[in-house]
Amino acid sequence: MEIHEYQAKEILSGFGVTTLPGGLAYSPEQAVYRAKEIGGEVWVVKAQIHSGARGKAGGIKVCKSDDEIWEAADELLGKRLITHQTGPAGKVVHRLYIEAGCAIDREIYLAFVLDRAAERVSVVASAEGGMEIEEIARVRPQSIVRCAIEPAVGMQEFQAREMAFALKLPPSMVSQAVTTFMGCYRAFRDLDATMVEINPLVVTKDNRLIALDAKMSFDDNALFRHPNIAELRDKSQEDPREMQAADRGLSYVGLDGNIGCMINGAGLAMASMDMIKLAGGEPANFLDIGGGANPERVAKAFRLVLSDQKVEAMLVNIFAGINRCDWVAEGIIQALQKIEMKVPLVVRLSGTNVEAGRKMIKESGLPIIGAETLAEAAEKAVAAWKKHTGRA
Amino acid sequence: MAILLDKNSRVIVQGFTGQIGTFHANDMIKYGTNVVGGVTPGKGGSTHLDRPVFNTVKDAVREVGANASIIFVPAPYAADSIMEAADAGIRYCVAITDGIPAQDMIRVKRYMRRYKEANRMRLTGPNCAGSISPGKCMMGIMPGHIYMEGDVGIVGRSGTLGYEAASQMKALGIGVSTSIGIGGDPINGSSFKDIIESFEQDPETKMMVIIGEIGGPQEVEAAKFVKENCKKPVVAYIAGLTAPKGRRMGHAGAIISAYGESAAEKVEVLRECGVHVSPTPADIGKTVAEVRKKYGI
Repeated sequence: MEIHEYQAKEILSGFGVTTLPGGLAYSPEQAVYRAKEIGGEVWVVKAQIHSGARGKAGGIKVCKSDDEIWEAADELLGKRLITHQTGPAGKVVHRLYIEAGCAIDREIYLAFVLDRAAERVSVVASAEGGMEIEEIARVRPQSIVRCAIEPAVGMQEFQAREMAFALKLPPSMVSQAVTTFMGCYRAFRDLDATMVEINPLVVTKDNRLIALDAKMSFDDNALFRHPNIAELRDKSQEDPREMQAADRGLSYVGLDGNIGCMINGAGLAMASMDMIKLAGGEPANFLDIGGGANPERVAKAFRLVLSDQKVEAMLVNIFAGINRCDWVAEGIIQALQKIEMKVPLVVRLSGTNVEAGRKMIKESGLPIIGAETLAEAAEKAVAAWKKHTGRA
Repeated sequence: MAILLDKNSRVIVQGFTGQIGTFHANDMIKYGTNVVGGVTPGKGGSTHLDRPVFNTVKDAVREVGANASIIFVPAPYAADSIMEAADAGIRYCVAITDGIPAQDMIRVKRYMRRYKEANRMRLTGPNCAGSISPGKCMMGIMPGHIYMEGDVGIVGRSGTLGYEAASQMKALGIGVSTSIGIGGDPINGSSFKDIIESFEQDPETKMMVIIGEIGGPQEVEAAKFVKENCKKPVVAYIAGLTAPKGRRMGHAGAIISAYGESAAEKVEVLRECGVHVSPTPADIGKTVAEVRKKYGI
């Protein structure tokens, strides 16, 4: 789960990380009012969406007067920002964060990540902040400093000190840096984060170390023990279909193609999508119905796939282990009784109770194209899509 | 022989008396797995499925000589159960549970390193379909009948895609020595490399199949290990050709977040390391058959 910059800053400042004064605004009037509260002569109006690279997309505006703040807020609210992280659909701005400006001397990159290779939490930092880490890795790989944290004892102060010196911070600022690094680590560990990224962490002209931006992601599997984090979820930033799926125990990811997929198991789902691509089609979605799906869940999944207007053909591929082919067949038949099927449907069943499942589908008299193997299923789905749409 | 589980495995079920534990324990018993009992704290002294229930794993080890464990304990308590098994002297543990927090798994891995390698439990999973040595022992939730006995070692992240591979092989008359599911989580008990290392040493396994997917560094690590250490031929398939960067595809670990984690990049490294890559998921069986012919297996 991801949260907004202002939420991450609020959490991190509770762990000792220094941030600038700021406030949330839902309207231009409120934005101007927040700036007055904050005081000073320069403010930054920041679009709150779940994505990095907001600056390049025009989501961050430096303002020097009430009028400028009003205009910036008016322009940003309701605007759809498109970054390389949001995909072509972009994300709509519903909230703004108004923050005090500061005089920056230099920028540092700092991130705490779940390091899959080391199976630990690792710190990645660079004195070359302001760029994204991928870019730093490409342009200045030698500037990257890493540190793996021993899980039994957690981050130690000497490690934070080593990082501070490696980032060429002056001795007078090392204790501030230690507080910042240790605070980020404790937030990561205590709240089951999967990432804490401060980019940039700035050194101001008056020698303060400030988190100018902040991004946090959390482990969905651990939200059960952090109800206060789960509350920070902003559903407006998520794909409505993916959210609907998650609420029904299904795992769905919307894509750009037009062949809808309903499959059991994440690996088989990805493999079936690969087969569609290799057969000359493009998948419209990833959908794993999970193990032990009953007819009702299957019917819900079926309707979910078809609710995507892009879908022009559909492939169902089930290799039943804990699932049962007869239940899947019943679910499909149930769904088709309630919705008019306007696109061709290919169904491949295999595994537990396959004979019963195939028989039910055949006897239903529904216009379902059967397939026995994975290759046959994908080829038939793509062929049916081509025939249905008249595309070659 | 086979690896990790065989006729000598004396299996207990942690989370034995729950609905899911009961259902799959029954299936495993029917398959012929030597299930010697189960653990449900507080229900020790009773019997379930005609087998004794214990309060602790240590009791099960002492009373019925358990040496293997399969875990169906719910996610919030699963890491604790794995550590209990490791401490009680269990040799092999399969964690089926899906949804264990990643930091819990980091703690589990760190905890297991307390034991010298010779006494250290082997763990596979979590978030997997389990493991099977066909005809000998099944510790998992898979349909046992789709696996034929044979000499191919399978290691994969995905359950159903593993079934697909095993049934393609069976259709061609090719059997399996052991099939291990390492699970779809970012931090898991055993990596591809760990399992390949065991297969390479197993006299009954003549070749291996790796079924990987997008995300994480383990497939690349395995490819390099194969190149430097394996005499036995290796076939691989990597799922997720169409997966976009930064989107999680079902499994907690199936997300391309860094360079080298896409399917195309992993396939390239595997090929460079001499692994025979199946071009599509429908050709895994066929690729295995071709490699067998080429190597005279």
